[in-house]
Amino acid sequence: MEILPKWADAVLVPIFSLLIAFALSALVIIAIGEDPVAAVKMMVTGAVGSTYGWGYTLYYATNFMFTGLAFAVAFHAAMFNIGAEGQATLGGLGVALVCLAVPWPHWALALPAAMVGGALFGAAFAAIPAWLQAKRGSHIVITTIMFNFISASILNFLLVNMLRPKGSMDPATAKFPAGTNLPTLHDILGVFGIPFSRAAPANIAFFIALLACVLVWLLIWRTRIGYQIRAFGKSESAAVYAGISPVKIIMVAMLISGALAGLMAINNVMGEAERLVLNSVEGAGFIGIAVALMGRNHPFGIFLAAILFGFLYQGGAELALWTNIPRELIVVIQALVILFTGALDNMVRMPLERIFLAFRRGKA
Amino acid sequence: MDFATVLQVLDSTVRLATPLLLACLAGLFSERSGIFDIGLEGKMLAAAFLSAAVAAVTGSVWWGLLAGIGASMFLSVIHGLASITFRGNQLISGVAINFLAAGLTVVIAQDWFDQGGRTPSLGGDARFGPITLPLADTLRDVPVFGPIYHDLISGHTLLVYFALAMVPLTWWLLYRTRFGLRLRAVGENPAAVDTAGVSVIGLRFAAVAICGVLCGIAGAYLATALQAGFVKDMTAGRGYIALAALIFAKWRPWYALSATLLFGFLQAVALRYQNIDLGGFVVPVQFMDALPYILTVIILAGFVGKAIPPRAGGEPYVKER
Amino acid sequence: MTTAAAIELKGISKAFGPVQANKDISIRVMPGTIHGIIGENGAGKSTLMSILFGFYKADAGEIFINGTKANITDSQTAIRAGIGMVFQHFKLVQNFSVLENVILGAEDGALLRPSLAKARGELKRLAEEYELHVDPDALIEDLSVGHQQRVEILKALYRQADILILDEPTGVLTPAEADQLFRILERLREEGKTIILITHKLREIMHITDTVSVMRRGQMTATVKTSETSPEQLAELMVGRKVLLRVDKKPATPGAPVLEVENLRVIDEHGVERLKGVSLNVRAGEILGIAGVAGNGQSALLEVLGGMIPATGTVRMNGQELDLTGTASDGQSRRARGIAHVPEDRQHDGLIMDFSAWENTVFGYHNDPAIQSNALLMDNAAIRADTAAKMERFDVRPPDPFLPAKSFSGGNQQKIVLAREIERNPDLLLIGQPTRGVDIGAIEFIHQRVVELRDAGKAILLVSVELDEIMSLSDRIAVMFDGRIMGERLPEQTNETELGLLMAGVNEEAA
Repeated sequence: MEILPKWADAVLVPIFSLLIAFALSALVIIAIGEDPVAAVKMMVTGAVGSTYGWGYTLYYATNFMFTGLAFAVAFHAAMFNIGAEGQATLGGLGVALVCLAVPWPHWALALPAAMVGGALFGAAFAAIPAWLQAKRGSHIVITTIMFNFISASILNFLLVNMLRPKGSMDPATAKFPAGTNLPTLHDILGVFGIPFSRAAPANIAFFIALLACVLVWLLIWRTRIGYQIRAFGKSESAAVYAGISPVKIIMVAMLISGALAGLMAINNVMGEAERLVLNSVEGAGFIGIAVALMGRNHPFGIFLAAILFGFLYQGGAELALWTNIPRELIVVIQALVILFTGALDNMVRMPLERIFLAFRRGKA
Repeated sequence: MDFATVLQVLDSTVRLATPLLLACLAGLFSERSGIFDIGLEGKMLAAAFLSAAVAAVTGSVWWGLLAGIGASMFLSVIHGLASITFRGNQLISGVAINFLAAGLTVVIAQDWFDQGGRTPSLGGDARFGPITLPLADTLRDVPVFGPIYHDLISGHTLLVYFALAMVPLTWWLLYRTRFGLRLRAVGENPAAVDTAGVSVIGLRFAAVAICGVLCGIAGAYLATALQAGFVKDMTAGRGYIALAALIFAKWRPWYALSATLLFGFLQAVALRYQNIDLGGFVVPVQFMDALPYILTVIILAGFVGKAIPPRAGGEPYVKER
Repeated sequence: MTTAAAIELKGISKAFGPVQANKDISIRVMPGTIHGIIGENGAGKSTLMSILFGFYKADAGEIFINGTKANITDSQTAIRAGIGMVFQHFKLVQNFSVLENVILGAEDGALLRPSLAKARGELKRLAEEYELHVDPDALIEDLSVGHQQRVEILKALYRQADILILDEPTGVLTPAEADQLFRILERLREEGKTIILITHKLREIMHITDTVSVMRRGQMTATVKTSETSPEQLAELMVGRKVLLRVDKKPATPGAPVLEVENLRVIDEHGVERLKGVSLNVRAGEILGIAGVAGNGQSALLEVLGGMIPATGTVRMNGQELDLTGTASDGQSRRARGIAHVPEDRQHDGLIMDFSAWENTVFGYHNDPAIQSNALLMDNAAIRADTAAKMERFDVRPPDPFLPAKSFSGGNQQKIVLAREIERNPDLLLIGQPTRGVDIGAIEFIHQRVVELRDAGKAILLVSVELDEIMSLSDRIAVMFDGRIMGERLPEQTNETELGLLMAGVNEEAA
């Protein structure tokens, strides 16, 4: 029996959870002797007070949309894909190989090819844990954690031993050719005469992430494969009854998930760094978990949550720059958001249910 | 490779296996009670930081150890609340705890010590020192046995011996006591425990608390025995390796010892030899680093026997109507 | 009245969220009697007993044990008050021994060894006293269901229970095992124990109880002496109106065989042989009923035919062989061949409980081109409209396509499944436990629909553990035991005793 109306469960619960997470974060800031109000002001100014700030906020948000969608697609199939970090790392490799392989004449040609490269590598790296789960019942949580570590080793090995240009001490690839450089928001908005910071890294990948949100929504809620993914995610035995192949659904959902994570590389590797470095993902794969949980695994929610986390990330960087608050504060906030929206959501839901029940009894 | 080198590698195996063993047994208690815990990493990290910080300030490793256990217990309580009281998702709670520890340790370390997220270096009484077992020096010159006893068995810190003693103790608790019977039962079928008039919540919290204590000791060992102070992310995936070892061990204490010794050995080898030359074919160091993870995947894939987790694991207990 | 009641409940009420499961219930159970509580599914019987056992806390009301007020807050206090309960779904730890299960929660001291030794002796005594023989060192997972139930009774007796509550104890037993259980219960009554028997089977109530209480929709409607009532009267009290205990149907006019099964074998992933060479056929326009105690291969039979598990052997559908192991052995291929399947466990298999009704009405038929708006997208609007019409025709209440399946009652959930499977006009309907957890009103409706489908010339394979249902619906009855067909009978030429023997693996004709 449903006690909470749908809207309350979808809106009130995450909002209250978020408020608790933020209140605790404020306590942490007070505890380390800083002023939370001043900190929030600085974050707001730093993240959305200028087009430069927006440029970074949207850049980060783009990463988080891809990894958030990646987590959500797998989650609908009841697959807890904790491996977006590794899949995005490998996606970066795919994008880098595409960008370096051909002297691309124009970004419009390079981008689709790089997308294919990134998605393919991300999907391929997700395929192994997926196959092991589907065929051998190996718990995907553990295997994807292991694969995150393995991906770091693979990339480390390749960058140090193979992809590093001769004479360079830096474990990174060469700079990508100019023909692969993506138009930034400065370039795009400039066409319409809107001024935007030249220095900020937000680029055309942001719009591709928006498109991905729409496509994932269609996939999950309007297509047959999405129907089957959701059905399988709710009940595996019922799926078998209906003739939905668990192996197929696990593979499809995880391949899409890995591809989305891999696609992130067009933003951070191709759009921003323009070369492949160690640890280019910088934890975005894990933030995707928080983003998806907060967004209730719905693309629109993921879009909002990604913007919020982009804001936190950029604002947090500004804080670290101007105050004694280290960047890791963002990790704390992220942890609290995951904790309260993902694991302690019943702590908010139970009292809410009681209120609604009392209210309904009062009316009846 | 001479005898002395072998002994050195084995000695470092024991040192490196100790935190894995403690964390693995911690996970064993929790998961045997039906609570999955991927937050071992975070608990160890929090304990490593707070033990080093308190040891640095008080100059006493014992206060450090206590503080480390306290930090780990705090996170255990959060995990318990989320997964037992509020029946939340245990995986998500574990992920959150790992992040919380990763963030908080650096934020607090920076605030307290202002050394870029480290604690000051520990020395003297702020660290666990090696213990020389009786007759170790006397027997040193006895061939073969002497060096083994002196270099490998003797000369570890107290926590190493504690960890080793925990293996039979855990076995005894699990299989020979009332608590163990109930603990195993609650991880298999909590309804059986509940209808027998025993509190499922109480048992699971007890298990999670033991898990917290052991993780706390594991973390304290890292910062105050294996190394001399806390550095950012110093657990470096050990919590996950311990989790892997737990699966490897099929949730049994003696197997946990062998699994963690194996993984400790791999780490010791990777630490000592960078690129290993196998007659022309060079094994890169990155492969050695990744080997524990690769091995775990192979085991999980069931190529080396099937690992069956406790039946009620991961599921919050809800009374059936 | 001089003797105090063993149990007296006064004004017990309990709500789960907005659902009122028990409403102001009062009842007196006299010591040394067997007291039956009968009622439909969802009438609140199990909730009431769970309150008595401290599993739930009542919102209001008082409990008296032997005349003194008892404050039962949890199972521990209930056990201390001398109450033992045997749940419908056993609460045993599968990979523990019998002994370990018996002492769990009732250990003496922190070490196991003395507790185990004491329990071993005690178990031996109880076994002799009540004929409750079980190997104390056997693992539960290796025991038969009947023996597992004995372990549950032993658990209660080991805790010195004077009052024993049994919740639907015979659902998983053969008639012979059930009789054995009743002998044990009579023995317990002789020893002065008080027994509460919860059931929905009128036969059992009439057979063994001294007094019977009837529950309907969370309320206690009557308490009568068993000797002074009749099954018809009890049924009427349960439902609140006169009920037809027989299904109204014409004789069958069977046609050509639709389904032919030869030598079907299934070995599951644990290496257990669930089907050991089953052969049968179902003809157009007939209902073949499969009788048997749960767990004797009927489920495996339905699952093979429904495309859920692989098998070896031969199955022909309308003369054409079915793929039993390959790519065309899944549920999709079966549906394409005209096989519809109402699974035994609708909540586990037949429905996605979190999906809305409209999403559930295409479950298994989601690839049907008729419900796609184009190559990529499903036509959700059309599915919703169709669902509303189906709900109308099958009298699903409330007729709201947007409600999730879990918020419908058992009977209405079953109607949603039935609507989905029947309305596509299959040649063969596989139907398992059609009325499990379904209220009597819906039972009549469902039976009627199944008979209508038969009269329309379709073949029906019915699996049910309710012998009454098998007897009244089937045109032909096959009895399964231990993965085999023990024999086939015609309903008008057999009786429950004969079927019961077959269900227990005794074939007197063959012997």
